[in-house]
Amino acid sequence: MQLPASNKKYILSAVLYVAAVISVPFFVGFSPYYLYLSTLVVIYIISVMGLNITLGYAGQITLGHAAFMGIGAYTVSILTLRGWSFWPAFLLAGLISLLLGAIIGLPAIRVKDHYLAFVTLGFGSIIFLFMTNEEELTGGFRGLYGIERPQIFSLSLSSDRAFYFFVASFLLILTAAGLWLLNSKWGRAFKAIRENEKRAEMVGVNLLAYKVAAFAIGSLYAGLSGGLLALLMRFIEPTSFPVTESFWLLIMLVVGGRGRFEGAFIGPLVVMVLPELLRGTEGLYFVLFSLISLFILIFWPSGLAGLLETLFEKVFDREMPGLTK
Amino acid sequence: MSFFRINNLKKSFYDLQALAGVSFEVKEGEILGLIGPNGSGKTTLFNCVTGMLKVSGGEVFFRSREVTNYKPHSLYKLGVGRTFQLVQLFPEMTVMENMLMAIQESQGSIWTRLFSIGEEENRRKALELLEFLDILHLKDQIAENLSYGQQKLLDLGMVLMSDPELVLLDEPLAGVNPSLANNILKRISELNGRDKTFLIIEHNMEAVMDIASRIVVLDHGEKIAQGRPERIQEDELVLEAYFGG
Repeated sequence: MQLPASNKKYILSAVLYVAAVISVPFFVGFSPYYLYLSTLVVIYIISVMGLNITLGYAGQITLGHAAFMGIGAYTVSILTLRGWSFWPAFLLAGLISLLLGAIIGLPAIRVKDHYLAFVTLGFGSIIFLFMTNEEELTGGFRGLYGIERPQIFSLSLSSDRAFYFFVASFLLILTAAGLWLLNSKWGRAFKAIRENEKRAEMVGVNLLAYKVAAFAIGSLYAGLSGGLLALLMRFIEPTSFPVTESFWLLIMLVVGGRGRFEGAFIGPLVVMVLPELLRGTEGLYFVLFSLISLFILIFWPSGLAGLLETLFEKVFDREMPGLTK
Repeated sequence: MSFFRINNLKKSFYDLQALAGVSFEVKEGEILGLIGPNGSGKTTLFNCVTGMLKVSGGEVFFRSREVTNYKPHSLYKLGVGRTFQLVQLFPEMTVMENMLMAIQESQGSIWTRLFSIGEEENRRKALELLEFLDILHLKDQIAENLSYGQQKLLDLGMVLMSDPELVLLDEPLAGVNPSLANNILKRISELNGRDKTFLIIEHNMEAVMDIASRIVVLDHGEKIAQGRPERIQEDELVLEAYFGG
């Protein structure tokens, strides 16, 4: 099948984005620690990409995103520990996140902004309580141990390097899918809702359908990233997905640049790597990290991706090519 | 068959009755002016008939089909478009994207919209309309960077993108300089000549008397007069509503 030129462009962009990410360990080295950190960053990029669809593009505030990572992680862990093979468990994790995301999207038709933030925050709290209290299923605070990484044909993913590329291949697929979605008419409808809901409705946008879709797709990304996180850790506990984790995801997106595709890549990279770089400052690192984040928010509200665009325009006197915003 | 009919339309906000049973008809191919002092219920009527507000009573018919409380997006697909008193655009999108956004949802299903089918045809149509409205040179500009008058024209362009049969314009001339106002009026007349039906709220009396074939006057949520412009200008109830008795 001949792909339209525009689709080829998205696939090429996706390859470039992912190549940039994958090249990181080649620079910093393949030590177990760096590989672990790089894999973690890739997993969070997938999650923040989902948050970017819901919040960055469609403008629907959510503070329950981490809950969907938890749902994905627990679904994969519970099922594989009970003998399911990885793929059906992983698909089901995605499906459950998608459906629950759609349900969480329903109130968005009536509640907006801060109120929507509270609704989603409530959902996050309920899921956290479920993870801690349903001990038989989730292991409660003790968590779940011994999650096995799958084998792909004869290739074992138990080595960290193989697993890193396994996760990166998901990043590639989900990046291409995200670029395609956001450059389709759906993407434009999402932005229309974000920019002017009243007018969007009056030019025929079915608010309910698109809001539900934005939540469902964003949650799907979070669920899948959660499933991968369980495989990386091989152990999960509720404290990996508290309500505050949703705030961290939000900080990653805002620092990276919400409503800008590169934002979901830059944010997790900066927010997760910066504390490592500041480790030498000991007790001060959190203060410095907070100050740097604040500085970014005050001077570049469009995040580091926005700053990058502005710099490109200043230097080359034209718009940065291949933008999806 | 009536084209667009409002029957005994009522809207209350708690104790305040904004519309107290208004009835009138818009005939196919005409320009109907809707006038009345501030607070007389004109915009509330627009909001009720386009589904932005739930009505408290009465019915709305479009081509003999009851469309009372239809959602705005459903009504848009049936062929009813509207503009707002304050320009409503997608500020961070370009002029062209605003135009394309205005038509995409009336084509195909939500699933086909995942693939950008039919975009070239829409682009061509947008270019034609932008040229008709004299803002073709702005097609790649971000909408929020346009002057207010240019935004008004874009607003009008957007509502025309999906070829609605009935166009509701809420004060198309407000805040626009006289020469641009003339330009907008000329466009409306030309479109009316191409069989577009208009229902227009306007405070510029001279303009509305000039362009409308019939006028409906609201005061305190009630229809106090309707008829040809020259008759409305001499109607005692109308004069009283505007100038006080």
